[in-house]
Amino acid sequence: MTSGGISALSDHKRRRIDELISRTSETGGVSLLRDAGRRLVRNPTAVVGAVIILLFLVIAIFAPLVAPHDPVQRFPELTQNLTVDSIPGATAGHPLGSDPLGRDFASRMIFGARQTLFVGVLATLIGLLIGVLLGAIAGAVGGWLDVLIMRLTDVMLALPSLLLAITLVALASRSTQWTVIIAVAVVNVPIFARLLRGSMLAQRESDHVLAARALGVKRHTIVLRHMLPNSLTAVIVQATLTFAVAILDAAALSFLGLGDPDINRAEWGLMLGVDGVRYFEVRPELAYFPALAIILVALGFTLLGESIREALDPKNRR
Amino acid sequence: MVRVILRRLIQLVVTLIALTTLVFFWLRSLPGGPVDALLGERATPQTRELLTRALGYDQPIWVQYGRFLKNVVTGNFGNSIRTGEPVTDVISRAFPATVELSVAAIIIAVGLGVPLGYLAARHRGRLLDNTTIIVTLVGISIPIFFLGYLLKDWLTQGLHIFPPSGRISTGMDNTDVTGFFVLDGLLTRELDASADALWHLVLPALTLATIPLAIIIRITRASVLDVLDEDYIRTADAKGLRNPTIRKRHVLRNALLPVVTIIGLQTGALLAGAVLTEKVYNWGGLGTLITDSIGGSRDYPVLQALILLAAAVFVVVNLVVDLSYAIIDPRVRVR
Repeated sequence: MTSGGISALSDHKRRRIDELISRTSETGGVSLLRDAGRRLVRNPTAVVGAVIILLFLVIAIFAPLVAPHDPVQRFPELTQNLTVDSIPGATAGHPLGSDPLGRDFASRMIFGARQTLFVGVLATLIGLLIGVLLGAIAGAVGGWLDVLIMRLTDVMLALPSLLLAITLVALASRSTQWTVIIAVAVVNVPIFARLLRGSMLAQRESDHVLAARALGVKRHTIVLRHMLPNSLTAVIVQATLTFAVAILDAAALSFLGLGDPDINRAEWGLMLGVDGVRYFEVRPELAYFPALAIILVALGFTLLGESIREALDPKNRR
Repeated sequence: MVRVILRRLIQLVVTLIALTTLVFFWLRSLPGGPVDALLGERATPQTRELLTRALGYDQPIWVQYGRFLKNVVTGNFGNSIRTGEPVTDVISRAFPATVELSVAAIIIAVGLGVPLGYLAARHRGRLLDNTTIIVTLVGISIPIFFLGYLLKDWLTQGLHIFPPSGRISTGMDNTDVTGFFVLDGLLTRELDASADALWHLVLPALTLATIPLAIIIRITRASVLDVLDEDYIRTADAKGLRNPTIRKRHVLRNALLPVVTIIGLQTGALLAGAVLTEKVYNWGGLGTLITDSIGGSRDYPVLQALILLAAAVFVVVNLVVDLSYAIIDPRVRVR
């Protein structure tokens, strides 16, 4: 309490001064990634998205522990009162009632997280891997390969994405879970390919690549060690957003009768697109729950993806 | 400018030819091929051989490909497997229904989307803005066929405001002129038919408009915010220009550039949403046709023509967007 000048300052100003003092003690700058990470944690939108995704992952991983019953088991006490016009609602031991085949709907919802995660992750990953590979080749090698790959993506982009997925499934001789996953994955290949190619082209003339080339680093090492890692963040953002689109597209394919024909499979898109819609007037809950789950998860991934993109944008650096 | 258009046109033709070729070879690589698709799996070898010869599938593949290309160019896509009619007839009958639905959806999406996006940006961080953001996020996360059933359940079965399905009430005596029922009613002075068709159009158009509407709002908002940050807005403000002048001349005009692109892209993509929407409301347009051609045994001739039509529309719309961009934005023209 010796210096009256400082104690007269408001708490806010004192904290600000402390902050400035501590900052000057740092020698280097803050890396973009660490800076972005900090912005991300502070952003409530990102946190909400991350919490939704985390919850979804936990349910998917621990489904057998959380679910009260086996998702494919048909219960006699549920099938007793089951007709086309009446599907039993909540009863003791079955909090969400029955599905049209007398199976415990709550357990199917919980196991649905697993299958939905499976479809979404695989569709995203397959699309990402093929797209990144094609894009990297096009951007790094250039020449006729670049032209060929770009024309190929042109053809794939000549149809709206859901229509391309519909076409791919329709052209397969019969639909399985894999035709759905692959169709949804292929739709995303041109997007990842163009993303990667653009990033490669932008880096080709940049200083760090020139420096590496001047040092005599081999070309494939430059591409793999210097250029690819720099494109990674953009790919991660795109993948997060793709996941949301993938589960929505899979649901749409199920609705059109192009989904997985396995009646035992508990996947939200399938549950919504087939039984949910068919029995909408009898028991709309069969549609409400999987739809709500899909909306929440798609929302979670979109929120997180866009927050990451925003955090990485140097324009928002403050 | 002319050279740019020419180059884009050539690129467009190349893309479409490549797509045509892919579709052609894919259909022929299917187990059994188109003949099995036509006859089903239980046909006798004799009928199969007869049809193979009649359709020319015994010819070398490049001869078939040449004839296929010629047919595509002359607009001959063969006959539908399901109904036996020429594919062009089947498609042209369904075409107006989808165009009517798409136009209504685009009017809703643009008419609501641009003003809402602009308002959200001007009230950044306030209640209106936050509500808009949340609603648009849900809009792009909701399966639209589910939204369709929801609207149908609440507003037709529940409140009896709108008709549940179809394009016009049964028993409505409407004259078919153009195939666009709302327009037909106006042309023939059958205003009741026109109103009835419009009434049927509301829910499907709203459903189809959901995704483009949400995207247009978000892009408009982001774009207006970007422009508001620009130095020239501050300059205009500092010069003492009146607010309405700044908004109209400086903000809106610049902010709408990216919006135009997104409107074009969304218009081209409407057919994908139409497949889902038309199934919900039993609309009977191209979307219904696509669903019908893939359900049960696949109607490959119709499907093939529809794929090409969708691609042609999508690619041409994108080209028009790029060109209109050059007209709106002088900076693009200079480059």
